[in-house]
Amino acid sequence: MRHLLDTESLSLENAIQILDTAQEMSAVGEREIKKLPALRGRTVVNLFFEDSTRTRISFEAAAKRLSADVINFSAKGSSVSKGESLKDTAQTLEAMSADAVVIRHWASGAPAQLANSGWIDAAVINAGDGTHAHPTQALLDAFTMRAHWSKIQGTASVGADLAGMRVLIVGDVLHSRVARSNVWLLRTLGAHVTLVAPPTLLPVGVEHWPCEVSYDLDAALETGVDAVMMLRVQAERMNASFFPSTREYARRWGFDDARLAKLDALNLKDTIIMHPGPMNRGLEISSAAADSPRSTVLAQVRNGVSVRMAALYLLLSGEMRETPAQLAVPSTLPSVKDPS
Amino acid sequence: MTAVSYLIRSASLLGQETTDILVRDGVIAALGENLTTDVVGDATVIDASALVALPGMVDLHTHLREPGREDAETVETGTRAAALGGFTAVHAMANSSPVADTAGVVEQVHTLGRESGWVDVRPVGAVTVGLAGTQLAELGAMADSRARVRVFSDDGICVSDPVLMRRALEYVKAFDGVIAQHAQEPRLTEGAQMNEGVVSADLGLTGWPAVAEESIIARDVLLAQHVGSRLHVCHVSTAGSVEIIRWAKERGISVTAEVTPHHLLLTEELVRSYNPVYKVNPPLRADADVHALRAALADGTIDIVGTDHAPHPSEAKECEWAAAAMGMTGLETALSVVQETMIETGLMTWADFARVTSTTPAQIGQVADQGRPLEVGEPANIVLVDPAARWNVDPYAMATKGRNSPFAGLVLPGKVVATFFHGHPTVLDGKLNTPYRAVTQQ
Repeated sequence: MRHLLDTESLSLENAIQILDTAQEMSAVGEREIKKLPALRGRTVVNLFFEDSTRTRISFEAAAKRLSADVINFSAKGSSVSKGESLKDTAQTLEAMSADAVVIRHWASGAPAQLANSGWIDAAVINAGDGTHAHPTQALLDAFTMRAHWSKIQGTASVGADLAGMRVLIVGDVLHSRVARSNVWLLRTLGAHVTLVAPPTLLPVGVEHWPCEVSYDLDAALETGVDAVMMLRVQAERMNASFFPSTREYARRWGFDDARLAKLDALNLKDTIIMHPGPMNRGLEISSAAADSPRSTVLAQVRNGVSVRMAALYLLLSGEMRETPAQLAVPSTLPSVKDPS
Repeated sequence: MTAVSYLIRSASLLGQETTDILVRDGVIAALGENLTTDVVGDATVIDASALVALPGMVDLHTHLREPGREDAETVETGTRAAALGGFTAVHAMANSSPVADTAGVVEQVHTLGRESGWVDVRPVGAVTVGLAGTQLAELGAMADSRARVRVFSDDGICVSDPVLMRRALEYVKAFDGVIAQHAQEPRLTEGAQMNEGVVSADLGLTGWPAVAEESIIARDVLLAQHVGSRLHVCHVSTAGSVEIIRWAKERGISVTAEVTPHHLLLTEELVRSYNPVYKVNPPLRADADVHALRAALADGTIDIVGTDHAPHPSEAKECEWAAAAMGMTGLETALSVVQETMIETGLMTWADFARVTSTTPAQIGQVADQGRPLEVGEPANIVLVDPAARWNVDPYAMATKGRNSPFAGLVLPGKVVATFFHGHPTVLDGKLNTPYRAVTQQ
């Protein structure tokens, strides 16, 4: 495996390998000197076509803890308006001998194009593309869930998957690369996923995803749940008739104080509340929920560095095993012999 | 007038009986088995014993990009591609720069076509000024111009205003014109990138729902019925659209419909590559749509094949999917793709092929001397096809400037061996020969 582009094509073996390596890496973050010499002399480029300070500094910290040289390349705005194409940008990085390119892009598929185009030899890590995928976010979420799940089960987390865990993903699934990447990775790891959203914020075609779908957050909570992941509601959705008002959204799909109390009432004492950040407090999540002991928001941030260290290390050291996921290969052409 | 005559020896006429075809003075001078020397004279003989003779193909839907985007295509390069693809007439859509919304621009395109001499070039006039969808262009002036425009379209953009569409349908009755609609409800397709469905959900690309096409077609057939006008629907892409058109035809509504070769062969699964060569409008659809379109073309619900040949410079495709231009080249692959999808499957015969690629499109576009039967005295617009040939599609070997062929790398059946345009071979031995110089000969 040369690139990390999405989670749909990530095999169980590779996913576990990344999570286990991240666990080793997390020990580095607890040392006084938080640095390994593993990637000395290697160059990692953070190529960001879209602002995301959180993700960029997380990748930067990860690369620096592995002693790689880090170049931050901000190419904000569309390549078209900027006048330089993705191709030219990629070839510029290639000429600078980048070993890995961490790309964040507003366009779905840009990392895949970069990896498959032949414009560049570097390993490509998708740091979020359009509304498509955000694999390192899903991996850090899974890492966080696995630590919790093995703790309450009293088992070792190394080598473990998430079999039996019940996960709700709540909010704007339609526009969420976090939700897409989580659905596929959690499927691979054996968790049971239910998406909860207003019907307007679920994609047409969601019925083919490996998960359940519900419009009713309370009913979904009542069926029993081990982790609730709240998604951010983007400001631009608020005036596009996806829902009538932010107040109605918060009442029906927000994790508010009443639903926090409901977890206690349902005796779901080990259920965690997750959020990829940044949070809209009072909209999709109440302050009480965000700050409660159930919240893993800061643990997710911390684990993000470990998971990204693992991804960089495995891809650049060549230790990522070649275990392609079992995908149903789509037929590109309809069979011409089939008389319609 | 050229004194050269050609004897096409032992061709299979529309894939049926074998005959010789004598081409002289721009017309079919004689037909029959084993034409004798006293009839043939000193005609140049072309052995067509393994070839199918068809009427020259007529494309109701191309983008030749001139004036304005000569970096993408010119009338010269586009019509060379057309001749190589077996066409003897093409319609050039109006979305040039400036837009073909005045008599001046359509006459310019018409003149460029005559000067090129590879095929008849029939300009399509814009329905609205600047394709802006607010005010009717001077349709009558374009109809009366030397270009004699009969097909009007804002192709690329839907005439979405129902009142404007009604008026356009009514107005062109004055000169027996037809409105060719690009059916796309604009609000339902804001930012749309690909077919809305399972694949768009996975890929995180904004969906282009089938209902955005079908709702406009439903509205337009009802408008055409109400005002008693003729409607042509461009590039039908969904199974639902087929059902609406079938319903309209059963009710006697005067509607014709078109399908592109790429919608007969390719599906949205290709978009999983994020390769913008597969980005097109309307988008590639699902397998069920492809099969519904084939069935509709075979049973006559869809009347014609139009290529929607849309060349783009490479930089418009070597970029992010969302930033890439929509469109695919098609002139040099249309025959092969239709053979692959319709003839090799047993859905159609070569006679049906002639109907959907020549006879009917010429009737819809009212192109004189095109789409005529292969009979004595008729204009010698003929294409000779080797149906047994197989070839590997290489966009870099094509005459079009566009390298954006979605069929690149596929092995397709059927090769154009020769194209006769007004009795003159524009293509011989599968290669460009010389253009027909109608202007200098008059």
